[in-house]
Amino acid sequence: MSKKKKSQICIVTVVGEDKVGIIAKLSNAMAKADVNIVDVNQKIMEDYFVMTMACDMAHASIGIEQIQKRLNKIAREMDLKITFQHEDIFKMMHRM
Amino acid sequence: MSITVEEVFETVKMTVHQHFDIRTVTLGINLKDCMDRNLSQFCKRIHKRIVTKGKLLNKYADEIQLKYGIPITNRRIAVTPVSILLEPLPRTVAAAVKVAKTLDNAAEEAGIDFLGGYGALVQKGMTSSDKNLMDSIPEALAQTNRICGFLNLASTLAGMNMTAISDFGHTLKKLSANTKNGIGCAKIAVFANVPEDNPFMAGANHGVGEPDFTLNIGISGPGVVRNVIASNPDCDLTALSEVIKRTVFKITRAGELIGREMAEQMKIDFGIVDISLASTTASGDSVAEIIEAMGVSQMGRPGSTAALAMLMDAVKKGGAMASGNVGGLSGTFIPVSEDNGMIKAVKDGALNLQKLEALTAVCSVGLDMFAVAGNTPAEVLSAIIADELAIGVVNNKTTSVRVIPVPRKKPGQMVHFGGLLGSAPIMEVPKIAAPNFIARKGRIPAPIKALRN
Repeated sequence: MSKKKKSQICIVTVVGEDKVGIIAKLSNAMAKADVNIVDVNQKIMEDYFVMTMACDMAHASIGIEQIQKRLNKIAREMDLKITFQHEDIFKMMHRM
Repeated sequence: MSITVEEVFETVKMTVHQHFDIRTVTLGINLKDCMDRNLSQFCKRIHKRIVTKGKLLNKYADEIQLKYGIPITNRRIAVTPVSILLEPLPRTVAAAVKVAKTLDNAAEEAGIDFLGGYGALVQKGMTSSDKNLMDSIPEALAQTNRICGFLNLASTLAGMNMTAISDFGHTLKKLSANTKNGIGCAKIAVFANVPEDNPFMAGANHGVGEPDFTLNIGISGPGVVRNVIASNPDCDLTALSEVIKRTVFKITRAGELIGREMAEQMKIDFGIVDISLASTTASGDSVAEIIEAMGVSQMGRPGSTAALAMLMDAVKKGGAMASGNVGGLSGTFIPVSEDNGMIKAVKDGALNLQKLEALTAVCSVGLDMFAVAGNTPAEVLSAIIADELAIGVVNNKTTSVRVIPVPRKKPGQMVHFGGLLGSAPIMEVPKIAAPNFIARKGRIPAPIKALRN
């Protein structure tokens, strides 16, 4: 995966209570894995704080499983729900 | 065309809060080329093929589940109907049971929880091999853990094989007696118009019209559908149908993506997406609760049939728009034991066998996972099956029956099967049904609508 130059966009989704340091922790984890952050959005929906972060995995130094493990650790520490999914699933479900 | 936060959140909510999952990826495997007059040679070949392909199925399912963050709950295998494979072998129950055990061991070694296809197509008549397979069912399904069986006992084009239906009542009684709480009977479904590409157990088989390998997907999101209905309490039924359609479109697209990618990675044909709403005993993952969210006071009461008909029509329209490969059963499963809303409806007296049968006339695919007292006569079981299959034959659709006579239990008591199979209240059925009708045997001729040419 790390050898491919074609962009491989994955979406990190954070759901929970807004607090200091969410973006800092996530971007730190991504930087360590050589994952480039291409877009960040956030919104309050149905009383949830929801943040999405689009990341390019093209040059990542570790695989999806490792990244998910690191994100799960952050989720536990900060009491958040964090998911990490390839963007194709959203495109397929929400675009014709 | 970037994805909005709202859209991402909608998808994440479906999986995290509403139990949306890919219920099953089922690999169909042709075993016809393994056939041999030598039983050991045959068993050796089928064992090897299933273990190799089953392991691959698990590997790719794990990878894709991780990539898209959508759980792939079950990984299963369906094989060529086993009665065909038994044709060159000695007509003994022992030979058939050995084949069943070989399939069982192979599934276990590959890490596959259920393997379907231990069955026969006998809608018109039985070969001696079909008869041998039927005779072996009480032992084969009692001595294996992962094998599921099916029998196609009727079809619109052939009519109904009443001899086989009559025999099967006795088969069920023996199978029930051979297994704890009659649980063996949960592993066999009988059909009218069985599909060749159904990915769901117990009825999955790899039909004779299928290629060497094919990957079929069963998606399931009763929780997602119930949630979207509940969040639209005031809209009229036309608008509600639209809301359901849109939601099912999205979950079917997810199934299509995952199925296509898995098939591509495994270098095999992608088969179909089955859009059946399949409930589980997880809270909120219930078809009965969808009907109740639509406004019916309880599943089984008047209004249920119309609501279910509308629900399934909307599901089919949304699914057909999302994927050109919708197939399999693609109806509603309303298994009594695997759906908390159904269990409650039976316990409360809102739902009985008669209403369950009526529901199958509009869109459900059968009387599924319902338990009756162990002393129910074989002819009553056969008569229940005949009634249900007649609905399928005349209406040109699939119907099936999975009935479990539970030894030593009486109507009103509960039986706990455990795991995926859930718990069921013992339903009341008459002690006498149609003994002289069933004893006539023979074949009910194909209905006039079979003459379509």
